[in-house]
Amino acid sequence: MASTLYEKLWAAHEVEASPDGVSLLYIDRSLIHEVSSPQAFEGLRAAGRGVRRPQAHLAVADHAVPTRDRGRPIADPLAREQVALLAANAKAFHIRHLGLHDPRQGIVHVIGPELGFTLPGMTLVCGDSHTSTHGAFGALAFGIGASECECVLATQTLRQTRAKTLRLRITGALGLGVTAKDLTLSVVAALGATGGVGYAIEYCGETVDGLSMEGRMTLCNMSIEAGARMGLIAPDETTFAYLKGRPMAPAGASWDAAVEAWRALRSDASAVFDRTLDLDAGAIAPRVTWGTSPDQSAPVTGAAPDPAQAASEADRRKIARALDYMGLAPGERLEGLAIDNVFIGSCTNGRIEDLRAAAGVARRGRVDARVTAIVVPGSGAVKRQAEAEGLDRIFREAGFEWRDPGCSLCVAMNNDRLEPGKRCASTSNRNFEGRQGIGARTHLMSPAMAAAAALAGHITDVRQASR
Amino acid sequence: MESFHTLTAIAAPLPGANIDTDIIFPARFLLITAKRGLRRYAFYEWRYAADGAPIAEFVLNRPAYQGAEILVAGDNFGCGSSREQACWTLRDAGIRAVISTSFGEIFRANCCKNGIVPVTVSPEVLQALLDDAARGEVLTVDLESQVVVRSNSERIGFLLEGWRREALLNGWDEVDLILNSSTAAIAAHEARARRASPWLFEGD
Repeated sequence: MASTLYEKLWAAHEVEASPDGVSLLYIDRSLIHEVSSPQAFEGLRAAGRGVRRPQAHLAVADHAVPTRDRGRPIADPLAREQVALLAANAKAFHIRHLGLHDPRQGIVHVIGPELGFTLPGMTLVCGDSHTSTHGAFGALAFGIGASECECVLATQTLRQTRAKTLRLRITGALGLGVTAKDLTLSVVAALGATGGVGYAIEYCGETVDGLSMEGRMTLCNMSIEAGARMGLIAPDETTFAYLKGRPMAPAGASWDAAVEAWRALRSDASAVFDRTLDLDAGAIAPRVTWGTSPDQSAPVTGAAPDPAQAASEADRRKIARALDYMGLAPGERLEGLAIDNVFIGSCTNGRIEDLRAAAGVARRGRVDARVTAIVVPGSGAVKRQAEAEGLDRIFREAGFEWRDPGCSLCVAMNNDRLEPGKRCASTSNRNFEGRQGIGARTHLMSPAMAAAAALAGHITDVRQASR
Repeated sequence: MESFHTLTAIAAPLPGANIDTDIIFPARFLLITAKRGLRRYAFYEWRYAADGAPIAEFVLNRPAYQGAEILVAGDNFGCGSSREQACWTLRDAGIRAVISTSFGEIFRANCCKNGIVPVTVSPEVLQALLDDAARGEVLTVDLESQVVVRSNSERIGFLLEGWRREALLNGWDEVDLILNSSTAAIAAHEARARRASPWLFEGD
């Protein structure tokens, strides 16, 4: 019977199956960070359990780590203890751990792929909702809670209900200045914040085929913002070329055997999806969020909606509340909105291609005097690559701060936080109330758009800025 | 895990869609590595002003809702971050059931691991239950029969997957269940996978 990619991955990992779609699923690998793991390790200790396969896990601190003054101990005692606890737990349970000063340290969803820890065909989990990122490699990857982390550590399995499948086909060429971030914001807007709940999204079509791995990761990363725990892209030559030679990827004869197996990881031509949706990439403009949910976005040339025009009373209230928090008037234009901060980084847009795009804009001017702009590379490897290409110099000369890798202002758990009322052009994934600091106002956009906003001091169309 | 059978309790209304786990448990408190004692951080920004004073209008601060054990919330409750702290803080604050039209999937799974029953209802039913809650009427959540009972005795059915329901009814620890019943099957799968994808086991 013809199957979708998701169904193939699911079937290959069923330890025990039941007719109602609930299976015990084998989990090949997991990424572990400092926030969702302490309670999982504590649970193991309390029950006297061990880790079934220590080699299946990789631990790294990213959420709580400072992005400057790395030479000194972490100033915040709670963050210092949390980061130290991860190291101690990894040591006690014989799990590989990349410390704060390891050159490979970085955001879990950046280092997994760049080390070749993430591979096609595997199941991969992490106590982090943006684990959907790894689906870009044709891996069945999803975020879980701390209790499930404990379950994976102890049993290497999770009981799961099979998801429905959604095929999202994207065709047409992305316009100049339009990126994978604009694509994913469009997808999330089209599906809505709940449109993907219960689904695994498979992205396909010529536009997706043409994306780099960095772009594909950006696309899969934000699947969760539409409610889908998983995004998937069938592996192809682009995938294999990215992975070949990575430190933890198979090599030699093992690589050849793996690639041969990975070529079968695609949906059959006659496979039936529960839902399908088509999107024209050519119609997409650079996008900016105006609200407090990632599905609340508009083309940069557009405006915030008017709650009075909402389709329902519930929508009216939702829009009105978001505009109130964001300090926007109904129908206010997005272009020209003055900003205070710029954040370039995160597991959505903290990779080398993102920094190249931002630097390409940054080299043409200086950060507006009223704006504080920071660039936080997604990993040590991204940072070194950027420095080898001279991107750090471009950023610094333009007035951006050049930081050390971590989640930083995407989650504002470390000491990078915005003041109440500050408006931020951000390349991260969530514009939730308080996400970047109490009362802070987040506008999600692409790295090039964020860089253009930094120079202009307000939200601006990078396509105009490029001329 | 604490088992759940049936509960009759005050229900607090939290209308408004997309109440994410950042609102339920703000990120800056994620530096705390304990699982217990998180009660005071629930909905922190909505409950307390910048100076720490309680915001009187917020539903969970209102006298009528002290002791609420059920939340009736707008669409997509618990979306966003996977942080299980969102469930721990609710459980610590006495919440045993959450009712909405839909939930963030990871949050929903986390609830079921912490003795909190996620109840999914239609938009019409949700509106009725929000109205009940706003009037301060108690609701009954009966997991055995999978019904919500309104104070006018109307019974509203809901569905929870069998395996999740059983675990909640019995207070089962899932890791124990898997280790007790599936260890041989896991080993057999690993043996098959080692042959099929040996590159996934290099270094073991």
